[in-house]
Amino acid sequence: MLGYTLRRLAATIPVRGVVALFVFSLLYLSPADPAAIIAGHIAPEEDIAKIRARLGLDQPYFIRFGTWLWSLAQGDLGTSIFTGLPVTTLIGQRLEPTLALTLCTLVVAVALAVPLGVIAAARAGGWIDRVVMAVSVVGFSVPVFVLAYGLVLLFAVQLEWLPVQGYTPLKEGFWPFLRHMILPSVALGLTYMALIARITRASMLDVLSQDYVRTAHAKGLAPGTVLVRHALKNAAVPIVTIIGIGIALLIGGVVVTETVFAIPGIGRLVVDAILRRDYPIIQGVTLLFSAVYVLVNLLVDLSYVFFDPRIRY
Amino acid sequence: MAEANPASPPVVTPVNSGTAWRRLGAALRRHPTAIAGGVTLLVMILVAVLAPWLGTVDPTDVSPIRRLKPPSAEYWFGTDMLGRDVYSRVIYGTRVSLTVGLAVAFVATLIGLAIGLVTGFVRWLDAIVMRVMDGLMSIPSVLLAIALIALTKASLTNVIAAIAIAEIPRVVRLVRSLVLQLREQPYVEAAVASGTRVPMILLRHILPNTVAPLLVQATYICASAMITEAILSFIGAGTPPNIPSWGNIMAESRSLIQIAGTILLFPGIFLSLTVLSVNLLGDGMRDALDPRLARRL
Repeated sequence: MLGYTLRRLAATIPVRGVVALFVFSLLYLSPADPAAIIAGHIAPEEDIAKIRARLGLDQPYFIRFGTWLWSLAQGDLGTSIFTGLPVTTLIGQRLEPTLALTLCTLVVAVALAVPLGVIAAARAGGWIDRVVMAVSVVGFSVPVFVLAYGLVLLFAVQLEWLPVQGYTPLKEGFWPFLRHMILPSVALGLTYMALIARITRASMLDVLSQDYVRTAHAKGLAPGTVLVRHALKNAAVPIVTIIGIGIALLIGGVVVTETVFAIPGIGRLVVDAILRRDYPIIQGVTLLFSAVYVLVNLLVDLSYVFFDPRIRY
Repeated sequence: MAEANPASPPVVTPVNSGTAWRRLGAALRRHPTAIAGGVTLLVMILVAVLAPWLGTVDPTDVSPIRRLKPPSAEYWFGTDMLGRDVYSRVIYGTRVSLTVGLAVAFVATLIGLAIGLVTGFVRWLDAIVMRVMDGLMSIPSVLLAIALIALTKASLTNVIAAIAIAEIPRVVRLVRSLVLQLREQPYVEAAVASGTRVPMILLRHILPNTVAPLLVQATYICASAMITEAILSFIGAGTPPNIPSWGNIMAESRSLIQIAGTILLFPGIFLSLTVLSVNLLGDGMRDALDPRLARRL
């Protein structure tokens, strides 16, 4: 198991290498000249050239890539052009809201989607099945921010049950925190839920037609036991896989959701960075999110062992 | 979004196009939702083409006197904070959304097909290209598009290019897996044995069998691209603000949510409806062209 984990971790190196090269090229190609920005707009050309030399910006592509990679390996994501602060500091400041939002969404979506998918499969063709399938088609079609504004208009502006926007840290009380999390989580989670429910249903349908499920029923096990212990456990691998792949949806959605609800997270940081053309931030966040995605999917791979004892590493 | 669509393991059933079309027709009859999707999409295309004749005025016409009027007989969807007619803006927005959706689907499918065909057949290229594609796929497509857009100045072409680049890896994967399956088919082996050159094999024996799955994939890319365009415009990194696109309209009226929420609602409904129609059409086509998957999903 440990050996396999290490091998799989090593196997992600080419992927991360490609991402690093891509992200570096982005900065390399960016029209903004950090030296000119640092020097200020009235600085003479020779001063800018001096700063450029000090930052190593006059070096050829691959030497700059090497230096950049070296500092990256030491956990340095560069310095924001606009604020002059290290990108890691900026990300650190914004980490909590984003983490809270994605974790809330993840938990709620999985907790709702898997049972819904199981019920839909168990009662295939019934009304629950049709509702789940219809909602999942709609879930793929309504963009995060459209759903978000729909929810805000209904629950915050019309009914005034929940706040329109904003974020309250968890340490200021659980209820205020939760009140601010409900609408963003629902908006962000719908597409993800639709995806998980669909795959759960399909995977369960496959398993439910197996002989051992019929045997379990025949020997008189409670239907619930058959469904969860016998069917769901064997249907789990595709479900866990899609939960991992779907993380990309959550990450992409975070950028938009945080904008709609004015949540001061990493997504908001990127949007502000685009408007200011602050490339090191865009670069740092892209690297971070892609690393999270790769890591989550590695964990998913490793989790297969728990669901399917036939899989041995 | 494309990543939202269940990763479809392609099933290769070599069929001649005649039966494929007949199956498509039969499946559409079986799936009234797919027909509803097709009709809605057709209406949207008509709306886009006929925008100037649908009771619209100049969507960029600013008039401070009639700012923020609620929906009425004169201004069907009301007016925005600059006094522009929201109905006209939403109708013209259809053009942007459909242009981006169709253009991205076309470009991404074509480039992805070319790369996929070659990598599926040329072994030494395969490893390199697939690592690059894996890398690109590990960046969420919205973020990838954002990163690319940030490099260039905002224009419709750049938006299309950025979204297409983010979608290409998925097409490459699909085509490559199809090619890997097809090249094991007896008729391909026969072609190789009889000395047919690789380009000819690709063109005559492989390409025709990728059309059906690619068509399905292209509809999903189209839907995904329309959403991504709206997201990019919404966060200020997409279609230039002077062009009325649904994402732009929503971005501009963001701060008005408490006083004039309807301005946000109309483009949102149009966008969702258009994406839904494309998705329904795609589901119907998948059912028709890919019977094994149809049973499962």
